[in-house]
Amino acid sequence: MAGGVAGGGNATSDTYAGARNWLLLPSWLVLGILVLAPVSMMLVYSFLTKEFRGGVIWEFSLGAYDQFFCSRGLFGDEPCQIEWTYILIFWRSIWQAGAATLLSLVIGLPTAYYIATRPAHVRPLWVFLITIPYWVNLLIRTVSMKFLLRDQGPLNDGLLAIGLISEPIGIVNTNFAVQLGLFYSYLPFMVLPIYASIERYNFALSEAAADLYAGKWTIFRRIVLPTVKPGIIAGCILVFVPSLGSFLAPDLLGGAKNFMIGSLIEEQFKGNAGNWPFGAAASMILLTMVLIILLLFARQQSRADRAGG
Amino acid sequence: MSDTVTDAVDIRDAVKRYGDFTALKSITLSIADNEFFTLLGPSGCGKTTLLRMIAGFEDVTEGAIFLFGEEIETLPPNKRPINTVFQNYALFPHMTVLENVGFGLEMQGKSKSEARARAGEVLELVQLSQFAARKPSQLSGGQQQRVALARALAPQPKVLLLDEPLSALDLKLRKAMQIELKHLQRETGITFIFVTHDQEEALTMSDRIAVMSNGELQQLGLARDIYERPRNMFVADFIGETNLLEVSVDTVEAGRATCHLGGGHALSCDAVDGIGAGAKVHMSIRPERLFLSDTATDGQSLKGTVRENIFIGTDISTVVDLEGGLRFTVRTSNSERGQRGIFEPGHDVFINMEQGAPRLLVD
Repeated sequence: MAGGVAGGGNATSDTYAGARNWLLLPSWLVLGILVLAPVSMMLVYSFLTKEFRGGVIWEFSLGAYDQFFCSRGLFGDEPCQIEWTYILIFWRSIWQAGAATLLSLVIGLPTAYYIATRPAHVRPLWVFLITIPYWVNLLIRTVSMKFLLRDQGPLNDGLLAIGLISEPIGIVNTNFAVQLGLFYSYLPFMVLPIYASIERYNFALSEAAADLYAGKWTIFRRIVLPTVKPGIIAGCILVFVPSLGSFLAPDLLGGAKNFMIGSLIEEQFKGNAGNWPFGAAASMILLTMVLIILLLFARQQSRADRAGG
Repeated sequence: MSDTVTDAVDIRDAVKRYGDFTALKSITLSIADNEFFTLLGPSGCGKTTLLRMIAGFEDVTEGAIFLFGEEIETLPPNKRPINTVFQNYALFPHMTVLENVGFGLEMQGKSKSEARARAGEVLELVQLSQFAARKPSQLSGGQQQRVALARALAPQPKVLLLDEPLSALDLKLRKAMQIELKHLQRETGITFIFVTHDQEEALTMSDRIAVMSNGELQQLGLARDIYERPRNMFVADFIGETNLLEVSVDTVEAGRATCHLGGGHALSCDAVDGIGAGAKVHMSIRPERLFLSDTATDGQSLKGTVRENIFIGTDISTVVDLEGGLRFTVRTSNSERGQRGIFEPGHDVFINMEQGAPRLLVD
């Protein structure tokens, strides 16, 4: 979006140079401890040799990455052939996270629109109501979801009672259950940024478009959507990224068949069976992939903006 | 329609209520084709509500609105061949100037290239061709204003509505735009309905003015008539500067009324329908229609003492106290001052008035 960026104060003179560095220090510390250090550690660990009972031997090795991409037969001495197992898990994760994001968008956008168009004094109440379920631990919520969806759960009982189905539909242990779980886990991250951008939307623009002969759907598509796009993009990223690395929903709702990348990584660090360098390598690959997706998206976005004028 | 000449907009007994609150109390008025018509009034008088009802953004609680003889009050805004210039422009921030101007044309079903070509022409009309590729946020307030104007004119509406379009501009630019709007209206031949709270702006631009207050029409007429022959207290007070006096009417004879102002002063003026002998009403005398002199020029002259002179650029405003606690403001232009000289505070003077200067007002 061009426009909205206001020229930030460029009046900072050298008088404040010293103070500025000191004031930025807390941010640098937080970034360093919470972002740079863990990522560097992960990077280093991914190039070490695994110890059999968890942990690592401090010896450089490409083993973890080799294991991820290469299949070298039963005894591990054949030449590298592409190992599809993990790539497929990655692919499934992207697909699941994408579907969950789409689901969140389809439900979240109208919800946000509804809240943002309520009178100003009741909007905080609606936002508050949206966030209430998220005071409960994610694990509890996911387990509850399983209880709701299982064959003897309220959903199937209800559908059976009204005669819509004759036998329980198996939802648990399907991809759809995982998508539902992810959707439910991260819905507020979709609703809140979209709500924020719709709340700032100037509804006189809709009136202007109607005045210029646009119908309701055209107004939404041509005027509302492009103006609130930054909120939609933020919401999609905020749902997609954590969904991609999530392991609770796939573990509890998806069963063994619907293994996702988060579960794969989780297993490498659990108990004695783990493989720390492999877990670190998988994390690095996941991180790289998310970065690439976001960069491609940002580039395409800025190109579209430039093309638009 | 029985009229031979069809009015551009015909509003009949239009009422607007919000719950218990009545924003408009039965407005009836006709706006002729090709007219520069202004709705004038203080904020909250209902002028914007009336404009929004014509545009279709507000429902009409009661009554009807006709556009060139066709009843339109139930049509949604996108089905009315009327366009609006919004107060804060409401330009689409994600579109370029050219796309903004072409939007209405595209919605009318014109092809993209056709819309672009026509939008380019309209941009030329408002002298913004070189800014076609910019986003609205990259333009100044005055330029944004022109884009809004171009966008509303591009689809060639039958009527153009302008909702205080100049209020965000600085004085100099506003004056220039007033003239430009007036020219544009003449060139395009489109009926303009202009909303403003600025009486000077209204007088400058309009063919006819409807003065509104409290959701009611106070007076409807040619700009000059409204100024020179205000019908009631509100109009006299709201439009221009004036001396408002409480008077009682002594006699009404042969089209002339004789009134006394208190303090032993008396004036005669044109009689007004509905004001008879014995009535206690208000009188309005425009300060520029008064002049000062050392001697009385006729029987209408009033004797007083200069209290102070206030310099206001082109004019001098002189406050004169009369016996009996009356106070007048007299405006003297600089050229008049050269001829007649200036009366310093404390000086005794006579206030003289032009023929027809005092006007009786219906309350």
